[in-house]
Amino acid sequence: MSSFILRRIGVMLLTALALTFIVFMLTNLPPNLEKLAKSEGSVRMSDEAVESWLKNNGHSGSMVTRYGQWLGVVPGWVTTAEDGTVRGRCITAGLTPETAPRFCGILQGNWGWSTVFKQPVSQVLARSLGHTGLLMLWVMIVMVPTALALGVLSGMREGSRTDRVLSTFAIASTATPEYVSGVIFIALLASATTGISPMLADAGLISGKTLFQGTATSAMDGITFWNFALPVMTIALYGIGYIARMTRASMTEVMSQQYIRTARLKGVGFRQVVMKHALRNALIAPFTVIMLQFPWLLNGVVIVETLFNYKGFGWTLVQAAGNNDIQMLLACSVVAVFVVLLTQLISDIGYVFLNPRIRLS
Amino acid sequence: MMEELSWGGIIARILWQFAPVWLAMAVVFAVSTRYKRKLGLYGKLFDSNAGMIGFAIVLFWICTALFATLIITHDPLAQISGMKNALPGVPVKNPAEGVYPWYLFGGDALARDVFSRMVMGARDVLKIAPAATIFAFMVGVTLGLPAGYFGGKLDTFLSFLANLVLAFPVILLFYLLVTPEIIEIGIPKWFAAVLFLFPILFFVVLFDSRFRTNPARRNLYVAIVLLIGLWAYAGLAFNADPLQYTGIGPVFAMDPNLLNVFVAVVFVNSPGVFRIVRGLVMDIKSRDYVAAGQTRGESPWYIMLWEILPNARGPLIVDFCLRIGYTTILLGTLGFFGLGVSPESPDWGSTINSGRKLLALFPHPALVPALALMSLVLGLNLLADGLREESLKD
Repeated sequence: MSSFILRRIGVMLLTALALTFIVFMLTNLPPNLEKLAKSEGSVRMSDEAVESWLKNNGHSGSMVTRYGQWLGVVPGWVTTAEDGTVRGRCITAGLTPETAPRFCGILQGNWGWSTVFKQPVSQVLARSLGHTGLLMLWVMIVMVPTALALGVLSGMREGSRTDRVLSTFAIASTATPEYVSGVIFIALLASATTGISPMLADAGLISGKTLFQGTATSAMDGITFWNFALPVMTIALYGIGYIARMTRASMTEVMSQQYIRTARLKGVGFRQVVMKHALRNALIAPFTVIMLQFPWLLNGVVIVETLFNYKGFGWTLVQAAGNNDIQMLLACSVVAVFVVLLTQLISDIGYVFLNPRIRLS
Repeated sequence: MMEELSWGGIIARILWQFAPVWLAMAVVFAVSTRYKRKLGLYGKLFDSNAGMIGFAIVLFWICTALFATLIITHDPLAQISGMKNALPGVPVKNPAEGVYPWYLFGGDALARDVFSRMVMGARDVLKIAPAATIFAFMVGVTLGLPAGYFGGKLDTFLSFLANLVLAFPVILLFYLLVTPEIIEIGIPKWFAAVLFLFPILFFVVLFDSRFRTNPARRNLYVAIVLLIGLWAYAGLAFNADPLQYTGIGPVFAMDPNLLNVFVAVVFVNSPGVFRIVRGLVMDIKSRDYVAAGQTRGESPWYIMLWEILPNARGPLIVDFCLRIGYTTILLGTLGFFGLGVSPESPDWGSTINSGRKLLALFPHPALVPALALMSLVLGLNLLADGLREESLKD
């Protein structure tokens, strides 16, 4: 068991290393660096000026050494200008060349400086991850129980009317990506001109112009039902269908097993059979699916935060990518990649723990 | 000056605009239900409700894309003054001779007709999504077959690569791969050079393994594949169609932006196909007929392509339908973030993106393409569901 976990963690670290290197390469392409030099220096830099700016700021040299510096396994760059001032990757304000550490990459906790937000990357990242964490928490609270309930209800009696209705709903929800459901939700519930809000406003049932708020900007200060329900619903909806379908498949399989028939023939009530005998075994497969949903949730988060203008992780990623903020984008990628890899690991290990057939062999 | 249309009027006129589509659909359905017993899996589709509804929706959009030029009421790029953010059914102000007198679904923020853009968008989406999915399948199948069949180091290596791509959040990958800087440095071209090689490889191996005992036919088929394949390859990947130097003009050519989008979507999709094919092959290779083939001395590639692949077709067809839907969603995502497509492109993702700025005031420019995209993906999902049901009955 422990050798299995160790091997999985080893593969995961190798994958993370490969992925971060790819991201580093793609964000540090020569055109990106040239753009960076021009936005940090001046727009009208000549090619030579760009080159010397890049050289003075440690962006020259081989890709591998630069990646090593960023990671913190290769000593940071140090350059001596013509007037004798020494500058370096690790020589930040308040440090002299003598006192500065040799290594300063993300392994040492140095995430760099964000050119868009004019703040250390770690600060921006911490803040935005806090916002997104709240969003994800609520998405999970809404999505998981709903999806499991739908799946169990429709898988309980395969082919029944409930099953058909719920399955159709599940298919429809997997066909609705976040940018579609978000638009529909806003048009229906948060628009002053269409949907149900004008009717409610005319009838004097709501005090504002719209029932829900079309942006979640105010949710960053305080979450209320009216400013947070739409973003949460938008992300949850796409996942609900998928998890519900997986739960249904696993539930129908369990319900056709011998031990369920035995229990029924012994005279145990249908409710009892479902709750006591079927549910536990039916929920093993959906667990893996829920964990593997995380990468998709990450996508949903990026779309929804852009659509509802909620300044979390996804919004930050879009800003960083759109404005050539290399350090910020790299940091976002590291977080995203680790979230995905960690959930994969947890789902693998969890599956082994939950499934008695594998656990006991 | 025309009257403003009521909702009934709008719907009636839209139904009338779609007349060619209804006609084509009626013909297809009449012929298919008449001969459904002779049409194999496709015919069986008409026995399942979900499958038939799904097929109808997909067929509707295919016909819409085909007859788009007949259906549209205005040029999708033309701006008519005074029609900015016009509501659905508003008459065109001072229409010139021969101009359709209404904006059936209203106007967008640049005073263009939402209805016509939605219809032309169908053509854009259906031009890329199925083609990208086919390419992804070629890559996934060509790599997944040997990985599953031979196993060992090859499998470990290819699976590691596939997991590497799958561990990337899709949006991050798009933001890294679909940028002007990437085009500038020529990476899409090299991606295309690798990815577009797989279809040629696939067909060459396919015919080579089948007609190995009949060299004359083999040489003919392989030569045809190589001729057409390499011609398209030069045109699509390197924009170097040999015909463009002769004055006829290139037959195969791709706009660099489009190539970028196409390559990114194929790249994201192929590891998924790889995993499915690999799993299927590992399951099927323990069957008796494969052992029989091995005893007969058939070559590994013959067994993979002509024994295993045809027997894996059921799940693959289902996955193909689902994957077109997924690709449609991905293309929409790209458009939504304004990646890789020109701003005036009528594809659904970018229209939703441009419509979302005024979403709370004028929802129709974003709502129309959003519903269109949703219905297409829903149709594909239902179709896949119907196919799965029917293929399980075999």
